[in-house]
Amino acid sequence: MSRSKNIKSFFIEIGELSLFAQRFFTELFTRPFEFKELLRQCYKIGNQSILLVGVTGFIIGLVMTLQTRPTLEGFGAESWMPSMVSLSIIREIGPVIIALTFAGRIASGIGAELGSMRVTEQIDAMEVSGTNPFKFLVVTRILAATLMLPLLVLLGDAIALFGSYIIENIKGEVSFMLYFNKVFKILAFADIIPATIKTFFFGFAIALVGCFKGYNCEKGTVGVGAAANSAVVFSSMLLFILDFIAVFVTDIFFEL
Amino acid sequence: MDTTQNISNSTEALKAKQLMLEIKDLRKSFGDNHVLNGFNLELFEGENLVIMGKSGSGKSVMIKCLVGLMQADSGSIKIMGQEINTLNHADLDILRTEIGFLFQGSALYDSMTVRENLEFPLRRHKHKFGNISDTTELVHEALENVGLLDAINLMPAELSGGMKRRVALARTLILKPKIILYDEPTSGLDPITSKEIIELMRRVQNQYKTSSLIITHDVDCARVVSERIILLVDGVNYAEGSYAELEASDNDQVKAFFK
Repeated sequence: MSRSKNIKSFFIEIGELSLFAQRFFTELFTRPFEFKELLRQCYKIGNQSILLVGVTGFIIGLVMTLQTRPTLEGFGAESWMPSMVSLSIIREIGPVIIALTFAGRIASGIGAELGSMRVTEQIDAMEVSGTNPFKFLVVTRILAATLMLPLLVLLGDAIALFGSYIIENIKGEVSFMLYFNKVFKILAFADIIPATIKTFFFGFAIALVGCFKGYNCEKGTVGVGAAANSAVVFSSMLLFILDFIAVFVTDIFFEL
Repeated sequence: MDTTQNISNSTEALKAKQLMLEIKDLRKSFGDNHVLNGFNLELFEGENLVIMGKSGSGKSVMIKCLVGLMQADSGSIKIMGQEINTLNHADLDILRTEIGFLFQGSALYDSMTVRENLEFPLRRHKHKFGNISDTTELVHEALENVGLLDAINLMPAELSGGMKRRVALARTLILKPKIILYDEPTSGLDPITSKEIIELMRRVQNQYKTSSLIITHDVDCARVVSERIILLVDGVNYAEGSYAELEASDNDQVKAFFK
């Protein structure tokens, strides 16, 4: 395919994704509401990601502290460790890394699930039985991911800080009280609120892309694989774009 | 110009019955590929009409246009007197409760048990049964009719191909539709299971008094269930008549279907 055709198909896809998002907002506020399915999706997306987020957060905390400690020690500034690590994790590393692992799990999962439902005519079967499949499958998944990711990021951040404390305790014999006293002394609402708000957008973008790719999946098993794969790639790319916008806007309002 | 080879003597008798489904001059193209080129169909109350045609002749596209899963380029589709192209989404959903659709691959919801699969169409359409709160009786009745009450708590992955098709038929029947559309009901099944499904279709038609539109290449299926057959060639009606009439035809293209 020529470069101009590639660019054209990219913009067509962006346009279709925008229309898909528009349809989400239209269907979100129209009856009937699928509360039961929304709760089921919140449980599925949230509860089943806890272990992944916990392990990821814990390792982020451990690795960041282990990697940064020698440099700060060189300047005799190891007492700054809790402040530095907590600011990095809460503002940026925690939300982005956890959102990326969430994208790997949720966007591919949704893309493959809806894709296989499309190719096996299950979505058509829903429509023929008089149920709106967009509302039942898409609206509930996007809303569940939008609500669950911020909670998972808060949990992941807390676990990451605990991981960091363990290294500080082993290497620098810092007590639990002292470590978290320093953490809460440096953290302000201006650090936590923008970082949490952006995770709502991350969750929305991840599930939107996963649903878009799966719902519009091409026929055949190749189509399902391609939907799952491109859902992860596209949502990860979108995450970084959203993160840049979020940091830019935060800088305007909170002067980072 | 109507080029259909009308071999039937029985069509006139059917016309005394109520018209359930009427398709006039249906056309659908995908780019330069003209799939339907002015297809016509009439399905009468209680009738079993079979559509036969080679792969790519437009059978599946036609049936998808019929239930609003695909938009035709032009033509008219009337179901029980209502033109579906003029209906809004809510009215189309209500009309769809009068139409059962048995998909080629069964299309059972993988993440739901057999019970949940059957309850799914009832979620939004309990009004048909006086807004009952407990749907257990309806689910049991539908599963008993297909002989699979024991499978009520199984997942679709635990069922054989024939069992899946029977559960799909039970799901189709649960809203007690007036018309059932069968898309290749015996495809992918072994000959014995195919015969069981064909027998089940006959039993269901007798019990529920539905009008049926059956798309198939299976000559045995067409012979057993059809009252009338339409042969679809290149997106238009090519020949029409009963199984015996078409089988006895001298036309080479018609004979090719019954070899």
